[in-house]
Amino acid sequence: MIALRRFLRTPEAVAGALILAALLAMALSASWFFPRDPQSIAGPALLRPFQDWTLPLGTDRLGRDVLAGLFHGARTSLAVGLAAAAGAILIGAVVGTLAGFAGGVADEILMRITDAFQTVPGFLLALAFVSVAGPSLATVIVAITLGAWTGPARIARAEVLSIRERDYVAGARVIGMHPLEIVFREILPNALPPVLALSSVIVAAAILTEAALSFLGLGDPNRVTWGGMIAEGRAVLRSAPYLSIIPGVALVLTVLGVYLAGEGLVETSAARRMNA
Amino acid sequence: MTTRLSINNLGVRYRRDGQEVEALKQVDLDVEAGECLGVIGESGSGKSTLALAIAGLLPGGTKIDGRIAWPGLGHAPLNGRDIGFVFQDPSASLNPVLTVGEQVAEVARTHLALTWREAFGLATDLLSRVRLPDPEAAARAYPHQLSGGQKQRVAIAAAIAARPSLLIADEATSALDTIVQAEIVALIRRLVAEDGMSLLFISHDIALAAQLADRIAVFRHGRLLETGETGELLRSPAHPYTRSLIEASLVSVEGE
Amino acid sequence: MTGPLLVASGLAKRYSRSGRAITALDGISFEINRAETFALVGPSGSGKSTVARLLLRLADADAGDIRFEGRNLLALRGAKLRAVRQRLQMVFQDPLSAFNPRATVGRVLDDPFRIHGLARRDERPGAIEALLVRVGLPPALSRRAIHEISGGQRQRVAIARAIATKPSLIVLDEALSALDVSVRADILDLLVSLQRDQGIAYLFISHDLGVVGRIAHRVAVMQAGVIAETGEARQIIAAPNSPTGKALVAAMPSLAWLASKETE
Repeated sequence: MIALRRFLRTPEAVAGALILAALLAMALSASWFFPRDPQSIAGPALLRPFQDWTLPLGTDRLGRDVLAGLFHGARTSLAVGLAAAAGAILIGAVVGTLAGFAGGVADEILMRITDAFQTVPGFLLALAFVSVAGPSLATVIVAITLGAWTGPARIARAEVLSIRERDYVAGARVIGMHPLEIVFREILPNALPPVLALSSVIVAAAILTEAALSFLGLGDPNRVTWGGMIAEGRAVLRSAPYLSIIPGVALVLTVLGVYLAGEGLVETSAARRMNA
Repeated sequence: MTTRLSINNLGVRYRRDGQEVEALKQVDLDVEAGECLGVIGESGSGKSTLALAIAGLLPGGTKIDGRIAWPGLGHAPLNGRDIGFVFQDPSASLNPVLTVGEQVAEVARTHLALTWREAFGLATDLLSRVRLPDPEAAARAYPHQLSGGQKQRVAIAAAIAARPSLLIADEATSALDTIVQAEIVALIRRLVAEDGMSLLFISHDIALAAQLADRIAVFRHGRLLETGETGELLRSPAHPYTRSLIEASLVSVEGE
Repeated sequence: MTGPLLVASGLAKRYSRSGRAITALDGISFEINRAETFALVGPSGSGKSTVARLLLRLADADAGDIRFEGRNLLALRGAKLRAVRQRLQMVFQDPLSAFNPRATVGRVLDDPFRIHGLARRDERPGAIEALLVRVGLPPALSRRAIHEISGGQRQRVAIARAIATKPSLIVLDEALSALDVSVRADILDLLVSLQRDQGIAYLFISHDLGVVGRIAHRVAVMQAGVIAETGEARQIIAAPNSPTGKALVAAMPSLAWLASKETE
């Protein structure tokens, strides 16, 4: 409760949380407000925003409802962002924890693999993976995860290296605890907070990567995505710039919201640790 | 004797996790010039809060009642200049990326308007005063190259660099083993006598404080229970709590 | 079984720190008898904590041999080693860092019963309460988080965890150093009463001869990785032979002068 109050006291965190709440509401209510397929034709082509109140944000080149696209696109962005970040943190935390706790050869091997992934830019990796595996929501998520787990892995390992030497880990060994239980019950939960602090950056980057993949036509073709909408509008950028600007603004706001809320969370937990 | 520091009806309250904690209540205490005052108390007694209050180091948002007066100083006391502070953990109070000589010189330069060369020379002198072997070499060493006892000697050198009139040692020997602890106590006693400083020696160990204190003040739960001349207080403590502290120390010597 | 409870012979350990080899232990040997308190005293850096780490198998010895209850302790691995840990426990210096910061008292005390299968799940709450009462704590404490209770209470919880598996030897590594003087005396009394009731032997590691004098039967004085002298506790405190022993006795902060003043 105290943590929540402290969280709500920082204005940036509140702004971030509000943006995220709006995004979540959009994603959840998309099929309720816009039950029709957002890819279907809803009206005349290239209708400008605020002309027709049944199509408030207008239509694109094929006469598809922009607002419906925005709502359904929020789903994709959120799903990909959260799933990829969760995957990256899970893989990173496990790899980093095992490397840090095992040490020696296992540590060397795991960290060299991490190095290998980290030297290739995450976006190129995602691009290559989707090109080979074919564009679908699942492959996009896996592709983004592949490039994003190395950061959490490094942080988890560094944290575990310091926790491993603490008395309470020695205490768990003295009491006869199995090494795997020590890793997953004593060490991992305590190594997690700094790793989780990365999550806002990863979610934001994942949303951007997904948009970039869709922009290049490598997103799931059966789903509306903001990146795909921006790409779609590019062809008529001079005559109908709103087609690119509207999903672009949505993207920027979302990334900003994720980031602000994440920062707020980090500060809250830091304040709690200072007081403890 | 002149009074160096006069504390009147001092109360300190701060908030922690939404609750108000009263760390000190109605404390009246004087420290005379050249006097060694032992401040005794267990954890939570408020003894460290007292030290921080005197040095003006309490965190923002702390509510302070009463007053701390410095008769004869003529201005508000300046940390480092008028008050030297030695903390419990010497590794935490030294900057790991500066040499020991630079850190001691920094204090001297800030408060005594010396050039770097003069300040560094003074630092070397101070390091020899705190009996660091080979002070020239020690001045160029980094904190991690020194032992715990040596680091505490450096912290003491930095604390006395500007010739403060009051030295506060807050559990300054608690992190050290008994042999090094005895050496540091002897060092503090000598420096205080040589420079005519007043000393506030804060400790949970009454036997240790008794080795250098002229007077002892006993704290418990934020209150000052009693003060007295060291021998007097040890022989006939007024408060049962003081007696129990003395007995706890006596027993460990007697064996059974 | 007859003979000493634990026999350590020729223990040696080197660390390398920033490229330099540091000898922490240079071939030390000692014995601990059943229900005895054997103290290792010495200044910091003398290697006494390394002894604790080797005995508890938290670090590996470079050379030497440890026989505990007739078994070769250094040869045990995996499940066999974990089983022996029931008999050989440890209490750390800092009672806060010795526990998982997320733990509750109840969870900490549940671990030994669960890990070694000493009590069925439904019996464990009762066993935990009995343990708490034995170390002088209220049973209701089991619901509290470790960081909520006082330092003295924490050290009692640490002792409770150590005695849960009915060990024959507990290593106490500076276990009283972080506590207030009055709390220290109470914990000493608790340790003495546990030893009397359950016949536990202690390896009591400390730099403070004053505390050692109250609890130890025999004392070994350590200096620079070797044992400088061994003897009866009273005898060493009264008349130390080694330079380190003399320095430790001289450094005891004592109120003895008070007693002598009174007789003047």
